[in-house]
Amino acid sequence: MADPILRLEGVHTHIGQYHILQGVDFEVPRGELTVLLGRNGAGKTTTLRTIMGLWKPSRGRVVFDGQDIGGRDTPDIAQGGIAYVPEAMGIFADLTVRENMILAARDGAPDQARLDWIFSFFPALKKFWSLAAGHLSGGQKQMLSIARAVVEPRRLILIDEPTKGIAPAIIENMIRAFQDLKRSDTTILLVEQNFRFASMLGDGVVVMDDGRIVHRDRMAALAGDPAAQTRLLGLSLDAHQ
Amino acid sequence: MTSAADDTGLPRVKLDYLPALLVPGLMIVAAPLIGSGSTWATLTVAGLAMGMMIFIIASGLTLVFGLMDVLNFGHGAFISIGAYLALIVVVPLAPWFAADSLPLNLAGLLLAILVAMAGSGALGYAFERVLIMPVYGQHLKQILITMGGLIVAEQMIHVVWGAQQVAMPLPTAFRGAITFGDIAVEKYRLIAVCIGLVVFGAMFLVLNRTKIGLLIRAGVENGEMVEALGYRIRRLFVGVFVAGSALAGLGGVMWAFYRETLTANIGGEVMIMVFIVIIIGGLGSVGGCFLGALLVALTANYTAFLAPKVALGSNILLMVLVLMWRPMGLYPVAKR
Repeated sequence: MADPILRLEGVHTHIGQYHILQGVDFEVPRGELTVLLGRNGAGKTTTLRTIMGLWKPSRGRVVFDGQDIGGRDTPDIAQGGIAYVPEAMGIFADLTVRENMILAARDGAPDQARLDWIFSFFPALKKFWSLAAGHLSGGQKQMLSIARAVVEPRRLILIDEPTKGIAPAIIENMIRAFQDLKRSDTTILLVEQNFRFASMLGDGVVVMDDGRIVHRDRMAALAGDPAAQTRLLGLSLDAHQ
Repeated sequence: MTSAADDTGLPRVKLDYLPALLVPGLMIVAAPLIGSGSTWATLTVAGLAMGMMIFIIASGLTLVFGLMDVLNFGHGAFISIGAYLALIVVVPLAPWFAADSLPLNLAGLLLAILVAMAGSGALGYAFERVLIMPVYGQHLKQILITMGGLIVAEQMIHVVWGAQQVAMPLPTAFRGAITFGDIAVEKYRLIAVCIGLVVFGAMFLVLNRTKIGLLIRAGVENGEMVEALGYRIRRLFVGVFVAGSALAGLGGVMWAFYRETLTANIGGEVMIMVFIVIIIGGLGSVGGCFLGALLVALTANYTAFLAPKVALGSNILLMVLVLMWRPMGLYPVAKR
């Protein structure tokens, strides 16, 4: 296994009086796509938000590339090379697609070659370049949200349920885009409920339940073990095919 | 589920021009009611000038509401302080303002405006750091502490400049009116319209043509995502608050010259109209604020002429009607 770019050590997160993450430990190997699975309310989104600094961990360490980023502010973490695609997509509806991309490209105007690469997977973004993002369909908004995260090379991309409510044709494009990102050695931590999608892309898998990690494995091993899927996730891959 | 067919054509984007038609619509409706063309024109220009001054004051507040989610009931303090700071220039340079020379009058006015904007902007910085920062996300405390800040600012004015009313005479070249046939238009109102248009144009350019403007617009919608993209929204907050305070200072100077007198509660007096304007326009919307200011000022002027007894309540009625039509204001910002 490659060395980890991200390591969570005994991370606890409280939201108000609620104790959501209760000692989360796992690693994300460099250059791999790790899938974070779990039932609704298991703490997957809170884990991503804690890594991103949107919730501060009350205990434990979040180590990114050898540095503890646990208490840092979100802009520092983002500038350190982590991109975030939230579940709600977080697009700026009153801004055009172009303006959304300009903001995502922190280091200046978006690189044209990089844009062409993005357009090859998500051609709708080129078509609607000057349109206010609020007028895009749900799938197109998701494309824009992912495109923003990859408009400049990042060392780690956190993606929260990108396939939720999205048409199969767009999901196929997402799969191709993520496979291409993996070939460029980008590390991805993906929260996903669609096990078929996750199993096609994932190198490693981490399963959460009740704010704790309950299983770590290679994705191929979990995909080939219907009994484990049923035990851990209440489903089997066969049920999704 | 999103249909792949969504990609087959450009979505139809409806241009929302209806709110923009309200201002000319109101003017057209008022014309036959007023009867006299010259009276109508005078009232309309006066209303537009007043609207521009209210816009200058309100534009900063609407951005503070939209971007920072801060209920700043102390905005009136920056109006009053700005107007009083102008006295630092107006009193010693009284011969410039009294001279029958447009260049000298203009130089004096610009100097007064610069001092007022710099002073109220600096006060805004201190206000944000000391009073607002500890109460981010706590609306009730924001209301209480900013109202307290307004009271303290007014009392400080009494201490420094005294409690008595101060005269703020118009520069000589801006007195009187220009006549077009039967229509008399006060010169100072024309200047107020010009300054208002310059401020609106500058804000439009900054918000739409610069990266800072993009960040402000994005921050009004979703500040958390702006931070997740790597930008420090707190710095943006401070910048917008200072700019909003400086604009209130500019508005204070304009308003004080408009009234030609100055009291410590000049800011508090105008705040009800300012709140109505930003609610009508849609919290956080500069374009909505511009339209709202013109509507409020024109309505106040027309009703004061047509039905003086209902003039006081006319803006409340206008707000009720607008909110019945568009509950989030004329141009609501996406998140609100």
